[in-house]
Amino acid sequence: MSTIENLPLWAAILISALLVIGSSLALIGSIGLLRFKTFYERVHAPPLGTTMGLFTILAASMFYFSLAQTRPVVHEILIGIFVTTTTPITFMFLVQATLYRDRFEGSDPLAGLSVEQPQVKTPHDP
Amino acid sequence: MSGQILAIALTISKIFLTLAMAAAASRILRGPRAQDRVIGMDTLYVNAMLLLLVFGIGSGTTLYFEVALAIGLLGFVATVAMAKFLMRGEVIE
Repeated sequence: MSTIENLPLWAAILISALLVIGSSLALIGSIGLLRFKTFYERVHAPPLGTTMGLFTILAASMFYFSLAQTRPVVHEILIGIFVTTTTPITFMFLVQATLYRDRFEGSDPLAGLSVEQPQVKTPHDP
Repeated sequence: MSGQILAIALTISKIFLTLAMAAAASRILRGPRAQDRVIGMDTLYVNAMLLLLVFGIGSGTTLYFEVALAIGLLGFVATVAMAKFLMRGEVIE
């Protein structure tokens, strides 16, 4: 197991850039979750971190461990596969549940949606 | 030199992910309705998983990878159970 000091310079710069890009994307996604006004807008922000942010941090981890152990280390792909398959399923269930609850309370966000006026009326928070 | 660059990037990345977790936790606390809290929890555990991967790069052990894998799997089950509960009122019918 080699230590952090004897990495080549290009590898350190590459891994650092991937780490900073990935964590910035996760931070932007979470700030979007905090700042959007309605639930149907909010649900779009976090996948910024769960797709591109996750991929860049996983790529940084794969590069680092492959160089440190001098053999290809690809087991991080498992996390990528699990998270990219489960995140759309999760959010689809959640938006279905929210739509059901909004309709049950009498404020249908899709009411009056037509071809001439394709604008979704999102109910604002109380 | 390369160790210094990597250490600075690891610190920046940890700070960013901690701020992201704080934003998600703030949405859990503030969220006007239950589904906002559920999506805040989903974002919180994904950010925690990314933070554990960054810790794993910093420490050089693959132990953190297994913890991140467990968080990824269990968090999916938790969020789907919450969504089913919001939809139906019970998880297993």
